[in-house]
Amino acid sequence: MSDRTPLVDMRNIHVSYGGVHAVEDVSIDLYPGEVLALVGGNGAGKSTLIKTLSGAVVPDSGEIHINGERVEITNPRDAKQYGIETIYQTLALAENLDTPGNMFLGRELTTRFGNLDDSAMEDAARKVMKRLNPKFENFKIPVARLSGGQRQAIAIARAVHFNARILIMDEPTAALGPAETEQVANLIRSLKSEGIGIILISHDIHDVFDLADRISVMLQGRLVGTVNKDDVTMDEVLAMIIIGKMPGEVTQDELEELRG
Amino acid sequence: MSVTQAPPGETQQQETVRGPRPSVGSALRSAELDLRTLGMVGLLIVIWIGFHFMSGGTFLTPRNLWNLSVQFAPVAIMSTGMVLVIVSRNIDLSVGSMLGAVGMAIAVLQAEILPDILGFGHPAIWLIAVGAALVLGGLIGLLQGLIVAYVGVPSFIVTLGGLLVWRGVTWWITAGRTVAPMDSTFQLLGGGSRGSLGEVGSWAVGVLACIGIVAILLYDRRQRIRYGFKLRPTWAMIAIAVVGSAAVLGAVWVMNSYYLPENVAMQVAEQQGIPWPEGGLRIPMGISYPVLIAIGVMLLMSFVANQRRFGRYIYSIGGNPEAAVLSGINTRWTIAKTFMTMGMLVGVAAAVTVARLNAATSGLGTLAELYVIAAAVIGGTSLAGGVGTIPGAVLGALVMQSLQSGMVLMNVDAPLQDIVVGIVLVIAVAVDVYYRKRAAQ
Ligand SMILES: Nc1ncnc2c1ncn2[C@@H]1O[C@H](COP(=O)(O)OP(=O)(O)O)[C@@H](O)[C@H]1O
Ligand SMILES: [Mg+2]
Repeated sequence: MSDRTPLVDMRNIHVSYGGVHAVEDVSIDLYPGEVLALVGGNGAGKSTLIKTLSGAVVPDSGEIHINGERVEITNPRDAKQYGIETIYQTLALAENLDTPGNMFLGRELTTRFGNLDDSAMEDAARKVMKRLNPKFENFKIPVARLSGGQRQAIAIARAVHFNARILIMDEPTAALGPAETEQVANLIRSLKSEGIGIILISHDIHDVFDLADRISVMLQGRLVGTVNKDDVTMDEVLAMIIIGKMPGEVTQDELEELRG
Repeated sequence: MSVTQAPPGETQQQETVRGPRPSVGSALRSAELDLRTLGMVGLLIVIWIGFHFMSGGTFLTPRNLWNLSVQFAPVAIMSTGMVLVIVSRNIDLSVGSMLGAVGMAIAVLQAEILPDILGFGHPAIWLIAVGAALVLGGLIGLLQGLIVAYVGVPSFIVTLGGLLVWRGVTWWITAGRTVAPMDSTFQLLGGGSRGSLGEVGSWAVGVLACIGIVAILLYDRRQRIRYGFKLRPTWAMIAIAVVGSAAVLGAVWVMNSYYLPENVAMQVAEQQGIPWPEGGLRIPMGISYPVLIAIGVMLLMSFVANQRRFGRYIYSIGGNPEAAVLSGINTRWTIAKTFMTMGMLVGVAAAVTVARLNAATSGLGTLAELYVIAAAVIGGTSLAGGVGTIPGAVLGALVMQSLQSGMVLMNVDAPLQDIVVGIVLVIAVAVDVYYRKRAAQ
């Protein structure tokens, strides 16, 4: 893969909140048609790292390259211009707006007079949701009155609708049941086959092994390392997540302990 | 709202069985009518009928309703902006003082400055005064909005400061002196005996409004057919058109049933060379200009709130500020513009108020912030942000003005009026909190 230009190349990213180093000197990259899983315990810095790519957080230092070109991403608008779409862990939905209102927030469809074209937005929302959640019907009510799964579907639909080249998914299946989770897994496979690069943050190690090509592990703000899924076992990845040791460094005893 | 209330026994049963809702409610839902707004209309009717009987039949008269409509206009105008301010999770406590400062400034401008430059009674004076009111109000609002949005001082504090500052400025402009009279054309903005559309003009506006209602219904239907969405039932469309048109034409009829006072009618007859008839001349007033302005403002602000990006962004900020930022919305500039809009509406209200009083005093607009915020809240705007409608606030303003006018008719003392208004405001918020809690469950 290294002979191709990466879609995303994040180099030596640092972010600190006051005295807390949320992300310290982390570098990851992502290729077209690849799923990169980003894993690590709570507070490892995963969400903060991807927020520097989505424009929600400006890093203290570090470089971001898109298609080999150095870019400055200082707000979410910049990121969207580079084809980066994000499904945030918090979903980032305006509870009082309806489904089309949320899907098109900040990128509303308008008539030629600049007025909001609610009918066109509802129509587009119906088309995207048909693919994600065919039973979904409540397009005109505030999303506050929808279930967790439906809200998650809206957040995913928003990212999918705008033809992302780079898709960031921060725990996209956290609020979903098994059937819906499988739907999202299928969606990820189909987007991947279209050549979209996906960064997937997940707690579920089985999902990770099911979907990812490579796995990057973070611990306490630092990158432990990045491995090819086919070269490692689940236990070895767990060892990276919990004690921060690469597959070569970890001892048999330590692996036993993790299993027990 | 009484239609959906069942006897205690039945209510319990419904809760346990969770059967279908009462048919009236589901019918209204399929017609896509806002239950809350309908409830407000019901409340208004109850208040009106109540006052009518308690005041010995003087409330529901063309004379009282016409005066009520003129007095309601400034609060209604400002309440449409207050909705957006509160929806964005802010508050503006300075609108009363701002009205004073802007009103005093344009009074001095047209009574003492412009006549010296342009000549007394110059036809451009009123236009310049109104333009100045919009610009001054907009600038004050923008200044406060910039401090809220970019410096990060809570709007409660910024506008509490504004309440004192602009009141002080109002006094300071003339050192407390009252300014009067206003330009004669400008006075028309305040209503009064000549500031109305008259009979034919009022009917014309009424008919136009009816055509507008039908046109909006048909446009909505066409859009739904185009995209294959569910249609409103035909009975509902016809009912909305009929009830809406009847309300409009009824209001015009009431406004046209109030006649010019005899002495003014005599002047008009003299001017137009009509001989004074035996039984006197009855010239209908029709819709007053302040009411016309308030209706225009309501339509424009509803359009901005629902059909423009600016309005959509205000609601999104109120719903989830973080989501608004992550969607790439410039939330700070949006907040600043919201306060600027509020300020411009205060400018409009200041022009109408000064025109009606035909004077500006240092107490101009005192306590208006209370009435404006109350109108918005009674009209369904949630102080938690994110929720509120413009027509609701205008209805709220009508409720507030009806309470006040009714109490005046019943000779309630001014201090007691304040007590009642204060209590009503607290009850309105309590009811709102209660229903939102229940809806959240
Ligand atoms: N907005 C913030 N302000 C202060 N500290 C934060 C903020 N967001 C995250 N942190 C801190 O940064 C660290 C990394 O958090 P996060 O990126 O959310 O981790 P993860 O997504 O891996 O669970 C944690 O210690 C967290 O407390
Ligand atoms: Mg996280």
